Amino acid sequence: MKKVLAVIMASIMAFGLVACSSSGSTTTAGAGGSSAANNDAGNGGDDGGNGGGGSSSGELIKVGIINNDPNESGYRTANDADLQAMFTKENGYDASFFYSLKNDEQIQQAQTFIQNEVDYLLLSAADVAGWDTVLQDAKDAGVKVILFDRTIDADPSLYEASIVSDMAKEGQTAVEWLAGQNLSEYNIIHIQGAMGSAAQQGRSGALEEKVNAEANWNIVMQQTGGWSASDAQQIVQSVIDSGASFNVIYAENDDMAKGAVAALDAAGISHGVGKDVIIMGFDCNKWALEELLKQNWNYDGQCNPFQASYIDAIIKDIEAGKTPEKTIIMEEKGFDAATIKQEDVDKYGI
Amino acid sequence: MEKSLFKKITGNQMFIPLMALLLLVVINLVVDPGFFKVTLGTNNAGNPVLSGYLITILDYGSELAILAIGMTLVTAASGGQDISVGATIAICGSVMLRVLCGTNPRPDAIQAPILVAFLVACVVGMLCGAFNGALVSFFKIQPMIATLILFTAGRSIAAWVNNNMLPIVPDPKFAYFGGFIPGIPVPTTVFIVIICIVITILLLKFTNLGLYTQAVGINEKSARLNGINPTFMKFLAFVILGLCVAVAALIKVSRISTINYSVIAKDIEMDAILAVALGGNSLSGGKFNMWASIVGAYVIQFLTTTLYKFSVRSDALAAYKAVVVILLVVFSAPKVREAVGSFAKKLTSKNALKEEA
Repeated sequence: MKKVLAVIMASIMAFGLVACSSSGSTTTAGAGGSSAANNDAGNGGDDGGNGGGGSSSGELIKVGIINNDPNESGYRTANDADLQAMFTKENGYDASFFYSLKNDEQIQQAQTFIQNEVDYLLLSAADVAGWDTVLQDAKDAGVKVILFDRTIDADPSLYEASIVSDMAKEGQTAVEWLAGQNLSEYNIIHIQGAMGSAAQQGRSGALEEKVNAEANWNIVMQQTGGWSASDAQQIVQSVIDSGASFNVIYAENDDMAKGAVAALDAAGISHGVGKDVIIMGFDCNKWALEELLKQNWNYDGQCNPFQASYIDAIIKDIEAGKTPEKTIIMEEKGFDAATIKQEDVDKYGI
Repeated sequence: MEKSLFKKITGNQMFIPLMALLLLVVINLVVDPGFFKVTLGTNNAGNPVLSGYLITILDYGSELAILAIGMTLVTAASGGQDISVGATIAICGSVMLRVLCGTNPRPDAIQAPILVAFLVACVVGMLCGAFNGALVSFFKIQPMIATLILFTAGRSIAAWVNNNMLPIVPDPKFAYFGGFIPGIPVPTTVFIVIICIVITILLLKFTNLGLYTQAVGINEKSARLNGINPTFMKFLAFVILGLCVAVAALIKVSRISTINYSVIAKDIEMDAILAVALGGNSLSGGKFNMWASIVGAYVIQFLTTTLYKFSVRSDALAAYKAVVVILLVVFSAPKVREAVGSFAKKLTSKNALKEEA
């Protein structure tokens, strides 16, 4: 009996270990060792590619890409897929990818990339601080740095360009759309993202400003749902239980809007186009845009994860000897349920 | 007489959670009696549903109550806590979605019966529990350290199970488990909790599970001398907790018919441990009272709902829970207990003196 149990245990543990290691290498840098190993393997492969490809397809541009963990969100998954699709051998790039949500691991990897003499270092930093030294090293080594998705607190001379989303503008676009609905009174449930994040600050800022400026805009409840659907569901449930009236839900991402809608559905409150409550979300997940198409939601603001083509254009410019613009703000749309089409869902859904 | 009554009341394990519950009820009653109003309405599917703060507490406290059952057993048997339940919920939920949706994250119809998906998730939950249990019982690793492994890796494993995609279950029936069954106005989660509690009662009544677990928790060596296998009892406790986790995952995933690996059931392990502590159970193992833990779980949800009602910022909720922890620690400290006991003694003896006079 004991022996059988021991064998079962051993196999379970082995399974557990396999699961850990494979998930570590394909996805997160939670286990630093495995992701570093993954990266080394990638480098080795790339070196081989360089040797072989040099003669046949001309000079490949060597890029090192440091990104956040693709698990982090649907946004990041789409962002990573977009970069993976752009920086291929066919497009003339020899790319190595590294993922971590930890700033220090990212900085360490940046050093490694510089030592490996990449031509370009593409960076979506986990944290705004701590990058000066390594970027100076990059500059000294002649490695050109392009920031994407997130800016950092460093002297602009240390990088060639930064491609960012303007979160405040995302908020303004959404608030302008809401103002355009011409409701006689705005009673808003404001569900915020994780406090302090750039997305939360930008999206909250625009709404708060408008609420302070207009007499008929009120916030019924302002709470952080920490990007979580079930937290948002509880927050809206508590407003419903209190009996307070509201006609707008301004959720700072799609997940939280979904949680809010679940609470409304359970309470029998109608929502969507021409109904009692206006639902607003952000990020343009495909399923969220489909809710718009079904007229269950009213608005979804885009947070554009497709930065690869912008980066590609900048690299081409630099290679051609031109100086690119320092800060490039991506175009971001806001979708209205009244005008959204199936093509938009297919094109912009992430 | 008086003294023994006082002792009887305060000495009872249910005293702490029931007092906490009473305190919350009184506060709400004073501030707004409307808190206890329950109304019958209809939801957007046209079915009758009950609503009100009390229903919300019963509904949202369900996951915690179910986890508290397993956590109590683990605490009693091993004298430690499992901090991986949140991450294991992510794994079980992810597995459930994988079975239901197949490789396509947006299927038109579910690919397997919900029951099959649930049973697979139960097996996975129990395997995760077995993994933790094996580390704790066979390898004698401290529970908190052993479960730290899944705590750290669990959410990544969950994402890996579904290849990083976020599947959405198309079948509205799946949403019944975390919502309402058409025609029944009481949240389904309440029934799930009742089923879990009934099974637990039967287990404790008709098997030696409770007795053996306590024996192992109180003194492992003497339990062994009495023919109880402590290794197996600890292992079993973790496997049972794994099963509880799978049930909680069903509710969590069903609530929104999808999953978010990084935030689903975030920090729920701490609430589950707090529920056990609120129930007056010793966190170092030994005797336990299942009822007290379950009441403890609802007290936590009561607190959360009350704070939401008062528009307390949800990122400040943790601070209020910390206050509860501080109070608990203070009241369960031997020094304080002694002081309170002697104070009570003085009071009663004074009374007795007066009566004599």
